[in-house]
Amino acid sequence: MSTVPSTSAPSRRVGEHIRYWLPAVVVFGLGLAAWQWLLPDVLGVEEFLLPRFSDVVQALVDERDKLLRGAWITFKEAFGGFVLGSGAAIVAALVLARWRPFGNALMPYMIAANAIPIIAFAPITNAWFGLLSPWSKVTIAAVLCFFPVLVNTLRGLTSVDPESIELMRSYAAPEREVFRRVRIPNSLPYVFSALKVASVLAMIGAVVGDYFGGSLEALGIVVLSAVNLSQYSTSWAAILVASIMGIAFYGAIALVERYALSWHPSVGRRVQ
Amino acid sequence: MNGDASVVSIKGLSKVFGKGGVSALQGIDLDVERGEFVSLIGPSGCGKSTLLRIIGDIIDPTDGEVTVNGKPARRARLDRDYGIVFQAPVLYDWRTVVKNIALPLEMLGWDRAKRAARVRDMVELVELSGFEKHHPWQLSGGMQQRVSIARALSFSPALLLMDEPFGALDEMTRERLNLELLRIWTETGSTVIFVTHSISEAVFLSTRVVVMSPRPGRVAGIVPVDLPQPRTAASREQPRFFELVTQVRESLHAVGADEVEETLSTAEEIA
Repeated sequence: MSTVPSTSAPSRRVGEHIRYWLPAVVVFGLGLAAWQWLLPDVLGVEEFLLPRFSDVVQALVDERDKLLRGAWITFKEAFGGFVLGSGAAIVAALVLARWRPFGNALMPYMIAANAIPIIAFAPITNAWFGLLSPWSKVTIAAVLCFFPVLVNTLRGLTSVDPESIELMRSYAAPEREVFRRVRIPNSLPYVFSALKVASVLAMIGAVVGDYFGGSLEALGIVVLSAVNLSQYSTSWAAILVASIMGIAFYGAIALVERYALSWHPSVGRRVQ
Repeated sequence: MNGDASVVSIKGLSKVFGKGGVSALQGIDLDVERGEFVSLIGPSGCGKSTLLRIIGDIIDPTDGEVTVNGKPARRARLDRDYGIVFQAPVLYDWRTVVKNIALPLEMLGWDRAKRAARVRDMVELVELSGFEKHHPWQLSGGMQQRVSIARALSFSPALLLMDEPFGALDEMTRERLNLELLRIWTETGSTVIFVTHSISEAVFLSTRVVVMSPRPGRVAGIVPVDLPQPRTAASREQPRFFELVTQVRESLHAVGADEVEETLSTAEEIA
């Protein structure tokens, strides 16, 4: 219990942040350096396997219009699929949680369906919606999102402490109120972790879906056609764009989560 | 209500779990008068929590009837005649202290201003001023249980049902909350049915202690507690307090409660 005058709290916080993130930043720098020099110059990795980092950045700058156009098309597909798939899953979870015998009857199939490699349907959805329609890719992304969100939301809605339900019962609360005041808030942490997973799946679904048809300007097509023309730097630049987009999508949901779950012990540690 | 002063009246109540399964309660008859503080005490598995839940119409009896305020238990629940406090505080993490306390008032459709005024009184009553905007996980166990009590009392129910509310707390906190509960009971004039494992807690708090036998639970004896009111920390040191503790302990021994304690702990889990 000494009274050593310490640096002010904010500047100590900054120091802590730097110490926490420094190793990650160093690894990032080392990774880029290895990509730029170690792989091509020392290990002799050929350009068609992995172009130099600076070449990829160059391609990123040169082809920015094409890449941005493609990114926008693919993002719209992914986002549309994400909204449709997750939305349908949340509605389905509410229905299944409200009418449990129904839910119990369907649940095994839902879990089994979760194991289907949905991507295998990509050529078939093209047949459904037409080769050039974006809807085939929206559908793939939506179906990919559907099952994880459904299973997690249902778990969140049903894994409620029985005494919380007894308490609501003691207030003569109708089922609607139990959902509104207990089950739905209880499910939110589950829903958000499912939505984060779904955002990644939606991006995968849209990019892979691009390979099978739809707009010729979509990001997946940019990757594919650049490979066919041996413009490997451009393919890698497109992959980089897809990655950044995926991370941004994920990050956006994480931000909404922080806001929506500010009450949650894992988020709101501020008092005491 | 036919001039009947009983808040709770139980006649010939039995409870069997499962088809032809465990008999948890058998032939319970009990009347609780307005303003009484009645403790149910007995070994694990004697069905005292089950009895409390039947009074609150959270579970149905197999046989017999329960009237609360002269009405069937179901009607009383729908009329929100009682507040309930469990061993776990059962607070909602997404609600602050004040919003947790306001929950039953929201269910009753009180308007915002009326709710806020009542919640302010309740926060004062359980001495949680300054913690209004905290979330439950930011509070100690004792404070959480005080929120739970404030919530149960917020809508002034005629009857307060408490299921080992201080069972999970340390001894010091427990004794302090015992005193606080007595003060609240005196101030609000409510009727309390209190389930506990602790003989001294039962004697200290109650106007009557109902001793229950091991499974199947029956009323094995009733010990009226004539310690003077209002009770204070000093009440625990009076010779009469120890006499009553001994009396309750002996009636528990008489029904063999201590011997079967262990074999019954599994039965409680089933129940």
